[in-house]
Amino acid sequence: MIKRVVDFFGAEEYAHQRRRLFYLALVLIVIADFLVPREHAEYLWERLPGWSALYGFGSCVLLIFVSKFLGHRAGLMRRVDYYD
Amino acid sequence: MTDFIHPALLFVLGALPIPFLGGSIRKAYLLLIPALAILAVVTMQPGNYGAAAFLGQQIQVLKVDKLSSVFATVFTIMALIGTVYALHLPRPGQHVAAFVYVGSALGVVFAGDYLTLYLFWEGMAFASAYLVFAQGGRQAISAGFRYLMVHITGGVVLLGGIILYGLSTGSLLFGPIEGGMGAGAYLILAGFLLNAAVPPLNAWLTDAYPEATVTGAVFMSAFTTKTAVYVLARAFPGTELLVWLGTAMALYGVIYAVLENDCRRLLAYHIVSQVGYMVAGIGIGTEMAVNGATSHAFAHILYKALLFMGAGAVIYVTGRRKLTELGGLYKTMPLTVALYMVGAFAISAFPFFSGFVTKSMVIAAAGQDHRALVVLALTMASSGTFLHTGLKLPYYMFFGTDRKLEAREPPRNMLVAMGMAAVLCIAIGVFPQQLYALLPYPVDFEPYTGLHVTESLGVLMFTAFGFVLFLRALDPENTVSIDTDWFYRKGARVFMWFAERPLARYEKAVSDVSETAALPLLYGAARAGLQIDLTGVDAVVNGVARSILRGGGRLRRLQTGIVTHYVLAMIVGVIAATAIFAVAWR
Repeated sequence: MIKRVVDFFGAEEYAHQRRRLFYLALVLIVIADFLVPREHAEYLWERLPGWSALYGFGSCVLLIFVSKFLGHRAGLMRRVDYYD
Repeated sequence: MTDFIHPALLFVLGALPIPFLGGSIRKAYLLLIPALAILAVVTMQPGNYGAAAFLGQQIQVLKVDKLSSVFATVFTIMALIGTVYALHLPRPGQHVAAFVYVGSALGVVFAGDYLTLYLFWEGMAFASAYLVFAQGGRQAISAGFRYLMVHITGGVVLLGGIILYGLSTGSLLFGPIEGGMGAGAYLILAGFLLNAAVPPLNAWLTDAYPEATVTGAVFMSAFTTKTAVYVLARAFPGTELLVWLGTAMALYGVIYAVLENDCRRLLAYHIVSQVGYMVAGIGIGTEMAVNGATSHAFAHILYKALLFMGAGAVIYVTGRRKLTELGGLYKTMPLTVALYMVGAFAISAFPFFSGFVTKSMVIAAAGQDHRALVVLALTMASSGTFLHTGLKLPYYMFFGTDRKLEAREPPRNMLVAMGMAAVLCIAIGVFPQQLYALLPYPVDFEPYTGLHVTESLGVLMFTAFGFVLFLRALDPENTVSIDTDWFYRKGARVFMWFAERPLARYEKAVSDVSETAALPLLYGAARAGLQIDLTGVDAVVNGVARSILRGGGRLRRLQTGIVTHYVLAMIVGVIAATAIFAVAWR
C-alpha cells in the first residue's frame, strides 16, 4: 500500500492526476477558509479569508529569491573546495 | 532517601559494560538500559534530592519538577529510538559515546545547581564529539576538532559566568536568574545560547552534524540544542532579547536551507530554525509560551530524529549525501520515503502531525502577547520549513532526476526506529492532550479550530504551489555556504599564516643575526678579554711581584750584620743630612 502511495507521487504516469488533485486541494482550502468562523481573530489579517494562502505563497517566493540573492550576489555560496 | 535511580547514572554507568558484551546479549542490554531509564523517569516523584555541600557551596544533584520531567521523558524515549537505529553497529564505541551523551544530557536536565550542570554540560560536549570523530576521514576529524574547540570555549564562558554569578549572589543553585542581568548572568546566557545554536554562535551545529556518523547525527540532533532550550527555560524565561534572537534564527535557518546541497546540513539548518521558535517562546515567557517552547522541543526531538534517520538511511545505503548526486530513490526505498515524509509533515506542522499542536502554541502565545511582527516572521519560517524539509529535500533526494543509484531499504532495525518515531509524531498530533498533560503549566489551548486548520493548510499548500512554480530556481547547486564558522576557519588559517610566515621569519631573522653577527662578536670579545687578561693584567701583576722580589733581594744584601758598615752608613747619612740642611737653609 505504502509503495503504491509513494509511486503515485513519483511515477511520471500519474503526473496529470497528481496535478489535478493538487489544484483541487488548493481551491478547497481557499473555499474552506471563507467558511470557517473568525470571531476569535486577533489581527486584521486573520479576518481576511484567503490571507494565509497569499501569505504562504508570498513567503515561499520571498524566501527562495532573497536566499538565492544572498547566495549568488552577496557571496554566501562558494565552491566546494573553498575551505581546502 | 530516593526510591529511584538517577537516570543519568543508568546511562553513564550502564555504558561501562558495553565493550565487554557481544552479539545478541549486547543488543538486549542496549535496549534494556533506555527502557529502564524511561521507567525511572516515569516513576520519579517531584522534589529535591541529593543535597550536599561542596567547597562551602550548596549542591543539589537531582531536582525533579514538571519542566525537568518532560525533557527527561522525551530524552529517554529518544535514547531508546536512537539505540534501536544504531543496533546494527558492529563496534561498541559509538554505543558507549551515545550512552554517556544521553546520560550527561539527563544530568543537565536534573541538575539542581550550576556545578553539577557544568560537569554534565562538558560531558555532553566530549561524548558527542566522539560521534563526529567516529566517522573518520580528514573532513570529519577537522569538523570534530572545530566542534570541540567551540564547545570548550563555550564551556569556559559558562564556567566564568557561573563563578561570577555565584560570587555576586552567594548561591550556585540553578533556577531563574536573580538580581538582574550582571556580567555573570550574561556569560551564563552566552554559554547557553552557544549550545542552543543561536546565530552568530550557530555554525558549530551545521558544521559538525553533517560530518557525524549516520547513527551519531541522530543522537546529536536530539540532545545538545534541547538541553540548551531546557536551561534557557529554567533560567531566562521572559528575557526580551531571546524573543528577537529566536525570531531571527527561525528565519536564518530557512534562508540558509535554500542554499544547502548536503542533505543533513539542510536538516541541521532546520534545527536552527526550529530551535528559534523555542527560544522565542522562552523569551516571551508567558505560561503559554513556555508551554509551547517545551512541547515544541518534545515534538522536535522526535520528528527531527526521524528526518535525520531518513537522510541517514539514504547515506547508509547509497554512500552519497549531496542532493546534486541523489534522486529517483522512491522506487527502491518506498518505506524510507513514507517514514521520512511523516517527519516532514510533523516539522511543517500539518494537521494531525506533532508540529501542528506544538509550533502553533508558540505562535499563538506570541499573538496573545501582542507581538504581530513575531507572529508574521514565525509563520513565514513555517512556510520555509515545509518548502525545504517537506518539498525540496524529499523531491531531490527521493524523486526528481533518477540517477539510477543502486539502493534498497536500510536494515530492519533502522526502519523500526523510524517507525517508532513516526508513530509518536502522529500520536502527538492526534492526541495532543497526552503531551499537554506533561507540560510545566496548565494548558489552555485548542489547536484544532477550523480557522487554525485552514490557515495552516493555506500557508503550507500555497507554499507547495510556489515550489511547483519555481522548482527550477530551487535546483540544488554544488556549493558550500559561508556561515559564521568562516571566522574561525579562515581566522585559524590567518593565525597559522601569521605563525608560519611573519612570526617564523622574524624568528629566523633574529636567530640569523645572532648567529652571523652577535655570536662572533661575543666570541671575539671573549677572546680579546682573555688576551688582555693573559698579556696585560697577568703581566702587570707578575712584573710588580718580580720587581718586589728583586728589590727585596737587593735590600737583603745591604744588611751585612757588620757594625763598622752600619757606623759608616750613619756617618754618610749625617754628612748628607747636614749638606741638605745647609743647602735648604740657604
